[in-house]
Amino acid sequence: MARTLITSPATAKRGEVIELRALIAHPMETGFRPGADGLLLPRNLITRFSCRYNGDLVFSADLFAAVAANPYVSFFTVATDSGTLSFSWEGDHGFAQTETVALAVT
Amino acid sequence: MTRVPGLLLLLAALGAAAQPARRSGFEDMSPQTRAMQRDDAQNPGMLWVQDGAALWERAPGPAAASCAGCHGDARVSMRGVAARYPAWDETLQHPVDLAQRINLCRERHQGATALPVEQQDLLALESHVALQSRGLPVAPPADERLQPFRVRGEAAWRERIGQLNLSCAQCHDERAGQRLAGSPIPEGHANGYPLYRLEWQGLGSLQRRLRNCMTGVRAEPWPAGSAALVELSLYLAWRDRGMALESPAVRP
Repeated sequence: MARTLITSPATAKRGEVIELRALIAHPMETGFRPGADGLLLPRNLITRFSCRYNGDLVFSADLFAAVAANPYVSFFTVATDSGTLSFSWEGDHGFAQTETVALAVT
Repeated sequence: MTRVPGLLLLLAALGAAAQPARRSGFEDMSPQTRAMQRDDAQNPGMLWVQDGAALWERAPGPAAASCAGCHGDARVSMRGVAARYPAWDETLQHPVDLAQRINLCRERHQGATALPVEQQDLLALESHVALQSRGLPVAPPADERLQPFRVRGEAAWRERIGQLNLSCAQCHDERAGQRLAGSPIPEGHANGYPLYRLEWQGLGSLQRRLRNCMTGVRAEPWPAGSAALVELSLYLAWRDRGMALESPAVRP
């Protein structure tokens, strides 16, 4: 399991615009760099990030080789109902991780 | 009335002489990189801190105590610790830096093996301990026994090395603020280690940075974990005394 840092408000008013920020530990190896032995290091990228709010997709992004290691994504959404926000990362070699946080809307 | 400002000026001048104005590498960074360091949600160094906090609670072996077993809550017990390292070790009779102290603690009190230099778990523990001193002034101990080591460290700082025949002081004391191939030359303060370097795309220790610099002037880097590197860190801590600790810092 990769380490993640997710920043989201625990509570929000209905209709309020909230900022969500997600950072994940990942090497984002491009597949173009040689290792210490001179051979190319195999590509190991996160290719897709998505965020679902009570099951509805609110944000997604495709990531490529030019993105630095430990990618950080920040975006906004409108708080509508109490529920969960799930952040998913998918990538090479079957990499998949999902983290969920709760949001209470008043 | 006219004499008072003069006296104030004199006092200010004396104060400046005691503590020369120093500029942390933080101030030479782009606004984006500064924002990255300032905001814990963006600072990738916090990933290692998070790991370190978990390791702090976990015992390295079935019979051993965890760090927390002896030291308790790191936020209380480790406050100010990173600010005073490198410090004297009574048993070894020479100074050790924070990473070496963590390893000594593992060997002496936890019955575990020392972690290799620059190993991720060691960096994680070191950054977790260092975070507890963030914002505190660098306070090297006033231990007389450290003095000869510090003097040797300062000599190394001023010694020309490598094919480029440069000393640390020639760039970081004499030419700080000027530019080297488009990049500003920082004053070379070590007040943010272990830090996340964008160039490394990872967290690294002061020793890694120093060895990097030696390669940069085309000298043979001293072995990682060597006594000479600790002496140099000891001088750097003295040079940085009073500056706020920034660990885990971000640098370009």
